[in-house]
Amino acid sequence: MNHPSAQNKKSGALRRFIQKYESSFLATSAALAFLLLWELLPDLGLINPFFTSSPSRILTASQWLFAHGFWKDILVSLEEFSAGIGLAILLSLPIGLMLGWYRRLNAMFEPFITMLNATPRVALIPIIILWLGIGIESKIAAVFLGAFFPLVVNVMAGVKTVDETLLKCARSFGANDQQVFSTLVLPTSVPFIVAGMRLALGRGLVGVVVGEMLASTAGIGHMMTLASSTFQMDKMFVGLILLAGFGYLLTEFLKRLERKYESWRS
Amino acid sequence: MKLEVRNVSLEYQMRRSQQRILALQDISFGIDSGELVAILGPSGCGKTSLLYVIGGLLPATRGEIRIDEQPVNRPGHNRATVFQSAALMPWRTVLRNVTYGLEIQKYPIEQAKKNARGLIQLVGLTGFEESYPRELSGGMQQRVNLARALATSPEVLLMDEPLSNLDAQMRELMQLEIQRIWLETRKTILYVTHSIDEAVFLADRVIVMTARPGNIKTIVPIDLPRPRLLSHKKSPDFHRLHAMLWDLAEEEFIKLGEPGSEMIK
Repeated sequence: MNHPSAQNKKSGALRRFIQKYESSFLATSAALAFLLLWELLPDLGLINPFFTSSPSRILTASQWLFAHGFWKDILVSLEEFSAGIGLAILLSLPIGLMLGWYRRLNAMFEPFITMLNATPRVALIPIIILWLGIGIESKIAAVFLGAFFPLVVNVMAGVKTVDETLLKCARSFGANDQQVFSTLVLPTSVPFIVAGMRLALGRGLVGVVVGEMLASTAGIGHMMTLASSTFQMDKMFVGLILLAGFGYLLTEFLKRLERKYESWRS
Repeated sequence: MKLEVRNVSLEYQMRRSQQRILALQDISFGIDSGELVAILGPSGCGKTSLLYVIGGLLPATRGEIRIDEQPVNRPGHNRATVFQSAALMPWRTVLRNVTYGLEIQKYPIEQAKKNARGLIQLVGLTGFEESYPRELSGGMQQRVNLARALATSPEVLLMDEPLSNLDAQMRELMQLEIQRIWLETRKTILYVTHSIDEAVFLADRVIVMTARPGNIKTIVPIDLPRPRLLSHKKSPDFHRLHAMLWDLAEEEFIKLGEPGSEMIK
């Protein structure tokens, strides 16, 4: 009862502190608890580390891998991924814009795209390997096929949401098709493109890994297949964690990108 | 004569029923340079379609549009449209919305920004250059819409019910603003509206349109002195013109056959 206001202020600051850091605190402790259990359960003899590995075993395996040229595998996978994704973005934007905009082009190619988009792209990888060999070309193609279709389908959908009055406005100033694309259709499609990117990055990763697992001479997927056929669970987990981390980074990157181009919304 | 509309008819086909509809029937009139002419008509009479035909956004089925004696049939630098909904690009700032037409017409961006700043000042939005449209009120958005149209220095300004989405007080204020801007710029303005009050307050002449198919019923000169003040709306002259236009518009309204319209008489 002495200083009720000071008391309130203090607890208010504390509450704000808790509110601010609560979710990151909870996430960190859950992750730590999981790692701890994963480490301890095999040591206590409750589960068999041959199947589950454990954080310390994975760490040791990764040290061994990096000392024995694992960098090269990572670089190969990165190269395949970025080339495939880059190609998919470069081609899907103009193609998506054209197919979304021009009614006749749409009528010609839309069924084709819808069908290929519905085909599990993984099923195409064996064919691609026969066409392009076991080098990085076939993996680039696998990433491209995974990423291109969700992007194209999303860009096409975005084009159709262009505001009718804004289009009239652009035309009233004498805008030609190319100007309508760059000043109106593309900005309108940004949320759709970002949604397409989200799918594309995930499918692209699938393309790299599956491609490398089926036939390759290097790459993260290649290393994992080798480790699997020789029962080296620890090494497989190194690959898995790397892929998960990479996927997470890409998602965060997309969020940044979205925030930058969509800042006018907030 | 600045703008001439000669025997313009507009027909279009309904998508589903394949029925052909005559929206505008043989319309002819002219506007002198610097004149502000209102087109008044019931909704659905084709007045907005007429504005789009003049703007070159819709092709006329028959007839032609001339500006300074030159026939026009596509959008051009000598006309600009102020749209009913503000039609601003939400991802562009006020400044970049106003420069939009100039960018399309390939002005250097610095020059465009300089022009735009002048017009933003003219429409009374100085200080809002870097705001986004969603941060502005409806009235302010319409000011940006107007500034964007003026930025390309058109000779004829086509305004499509620019105040119809605003609340009553804002509408009155914007009527004053449009008169001020018109008196400062002396543009030739064609102003489409369904508001008799707005037409009498703003226009030099009011073109009254018939219900569908749209045709000119009559043209009423508004000989009220300028600048007009809102208080003039209480004057007997204003009332006389308002009542006269009301009677003309009413006949067309009844023709539309809305339920209950027979009760008007």
